[in-house]
Amino acid sequence: MIIGGLLLWPLAQVAWMSLHDLGLRQLRGDQPWPWAGADNYLEILGDPFFRTVLRNTVLFAAANVLLTMVLGTLVGLLLNRLGRRMATVVASAVLLAWATPAITGAIVWKWLFDDTSGLVTWLFNALPDGLSRALFGHADWTGYGWFNSPLTFFTILTLVVVWHSFPFVAVSVLAGLKSVPAELLEAARVDGAGPWRTFWQITFPLLRPVFGILVVLSTIWDFKVFTQQFVLAGGTQDRSTYMLAIYSYAVAFSPPPKYGLGSAIAVILTLILLAVTAVYVRMVLRQEEGA
Amino acid sequence: MRRRWWSRAAANAAGVLVALFAVFPVFWMVSTSLKPNREIFSATPQPVPHHPTLQHYRDVLGGDLLPGVGFGSFFRNSAIVAVATVLAGSLVALLAATAVARYRFRFRTAFLVMLLVVQMVPLEALVIPLFLMIRRLGLYDTLASLILVYLAFSLPFAVWMLRGFVAAVPRDLEEAAEMDGASRWQTFWRVLLPLVAPGLVATSIFSFITAWNELIFALTFLSDEGKYTLPVAMTFFFGRDDTAWGAVMAASTLLTLPVMVFFLVVQRRMVSGLVSGAVKG
Repeated sequence: MIIGGLLLWPLAQVAWMSLHDLGLRQLRGDQPWPWAGADNYLEILGDPFFRTVLRNTVLFAAANVLLTMVLGTLVGLLLNRLGRRMATVVASAVLLAWATPAITGAIVWKWLFDDTSGLVTWLFNALPDGLSRALFGHADWTGYGWFNSPLTFFTILTLVVVWHSFPFVAVSVLAGLKSVPAELLEAARVDGAGPWRTFWQITFPLLRPVFGILVVLSTIWDFKVFTQQFVLAGGTQDRSTYMLAIYSYAVAFSPPPKYGLGSAIAVILTLILLAVTAVYVRMVLRQEEGA
Repeated sequence: MRRRWWSRAAANAAGVLVALFAVFPVFWMVSTSLKPNREIFSATPQPVPHHPTLQHYRDVLGGDLLPGVGFGSFFRNSAIVAVATVLAGSLVALLAATAVARYRFRFRTAFLVMLLVVQMVPLEALVIPLFLMIRRLGLYDTLASLILVYLAFSLPFAVWMLRGFVAAVPRDLEEAAEMDGASRWQTFWRVLLPLVAPGLVATSIFSFITAWNELIFALTFLSDEGKYTLPVAMTFFFGRDDTAWGAVMAASTLLTLPVMVFFLVVQRRMVSGLVSGAVKG
């Protein structure tokens, strides 16, 4: 009941709200909500800025899922190969990154990229001037606005998010690898298959369900990144780096509040994720039946 | 033999690199928090503090994090919200999980599917309606509003995981207890509860972490600085222009510590819960 009341009802309500023109006045009293029909959606879908935001979100999610999966899988395979002691050390290290709350993780990365005393700024300053100039066109990085241009901003955000999410993939893949019969891999090796072929022909097909679920979960998580972005951008002022979650939040809560319009954006985000979720639920149910 | 040695060394080297990448930011956070300002803002950064100091911790714990409000207040708010979420969540989740695992009822499958789907609903999309709802209930700017919402978020996962634990308890045990004259309540309390305790611990920690880390709802539902939870306070604290990185890192370390401890306890369960059924074994 609680779950239904607190999650399904708001879900219905956000859809209902998205069809109204809601501002501060509606929030205060018992004033009727002015009906807006599809106006909010028309306004958003017709807005070129929304299309930019949507493109940013999709590109960001795609890049992050891909990087997280590749890095996570590689680390998972690595953990499976390492000796017992080494594997424990690496796994603990990886878990530490995972355990870090999103907010402190983002704050630390922001400090690393601080434009005066940050370690990364120092590293780039330490590059030979000629090399730095040839690569980036300037040699002095002090005061460089790491978070001002969308390109560097999204690169750093990607770094932060991948750093935070690859451990989960690595640990899950490792758990899956433990279930692959050693004889199968041995047989493949005897038959002369290299690591590349062994992975694609044996490991990957066996672990396909694991990979499927990991991809779906990562997609969902990366689509709605909020905390890290909020921290790195220092709030919601910088429109050039908006993605759907933060866009919806900013429209609804920065003055003047437009709850209806924000809801419409939230509905669009939800629909995208529900589509991905449908895939996830089908996978899990199929496995429950198969098990 | 030679080739094996090489590939082994390469794997170890890669392992070291991965470990460094994973640990470094955390290490840097702690290291910075222990450095005097002179070293934090020096022209050549040092990995380890030369003159370690607890000054920043003293500043954070002794002074005001935000004007007029100290660290302790935020820490306490976070703790209240997280502990309340865990206590209420465990109780409800355990009852619900028992119901789902033990009794067949109408809409049981629908309920299970809903649990899965609900986990995937982007919470970020529910901020607006929940904000209005909380206002209408008169809970705006109260910690209770957060407890209520976090409860709803952590329950689906908790029920889903506990279901597995309850299902793993052999039915015969309960039947035996009932034969011996135990009431339903006694069976639940004396037989089932001790056996699912590990699962309960795991889900509790998961709920705790969810509640402890959450930012967006706390940011939206609270307006009085005295009610802020730690993550909200952090965004304001370090959002100022002249960031005192030493103090920020000290506060971040303190925020991270409880989560780290709990997380290391729970991680095993979490993985197997999330990837449940994916691996047949």
